[in-house]
Amino acid sequence: MSSTSSQDQRPLSPHLQVYRPMLTMMMSIAHRITGVALYFGTFLVAWWLVAAAVGAGYFDMVNGFFGSWFGRIILLGYTWTLIHHALGGLRHLVWDTGRGFELDQVEFMAKANLVGSIVLTVLVWIVGYAVR
Amino acid sequence: MSLRTPLGKVRGLGSAKSGTDHWWMQRVTAIANIPLVICVMGIVISLTGADHAAVIARLGHPIVTIVLLAFILSITWHMRLGMQVVIEDYVHGEGRKIACLLANAFFCAVIAIAGVFAVLKLGFGA
Repeated sequence: MSSTSSQDQRPLSPHLQVYRPMLTMMMSIAHRITGVALYFGTFLVAWWLVAAAVGAGYFDMVNGFFGSWFGRIILLGYTWTLIHHALGGLRHLVWDTGRGFELDQVEFMAKANLVGSIVLTVLVWIVGYAVR
Repeated sequence: MSLRTPLGKVRGLGSAKSGTDHWWMQRVTAIANIPLVICVMGIVISLTGADHAAVIARLGHPIVTIVLLAFILSITWHMRLGMQVVIEDYVHGEGRKIACLLANAFFCAVIAIAGVFAVLKLGFGA
């Protein structure tokens, strides 16, 4: 349908750029972007598990990568992405029950999602370094 | 007034022939992911700085194996459903869309198979 020439000539309705950026909009976009990032990030989980199954030599190499400053930055980003997407998912589960649609509730959940993801990420890493 | 046939109404599957299955399984796997991700985060955190012997000992525990299996199956299922929606939203050419959907299915399958194999190997004693 989209390849018919008559449709290509038609004016398009305004898209996202006509809207003033809002927190709720940004959090919706962030939920999708973090989901896509986690999608590819799952490769790292499988890689680590397979490395453990392969043997000590290969595992030490992979673990060394994750333990390097570069690997830690990736894992820090992974942690935040995962928690942000998980909290965003909780918001969606609340909405699925028909609750939380009042504007002040929506605004509160958007802020709680953002602040919560940062706070929990820091907490996870404090625990990670503490038990090391 | 509805133009749907009585049989179509009873089946409730609509034109895609899958009804609300996609939406429902997205939610089922989302809910499963919550405790599973928390458990796996705990396992990974407990293994920071651990050597290979300690890691395979921990990952060889039956409870850990079961949790990891459930985790891998739930997240790869959830991944595939989520990416499918993203592809359907942004990839418009029919050929390219089908190629992307196939790549999505294969990527998730490879991750799932690799993860399950590794976890089972560790569970049965690497």
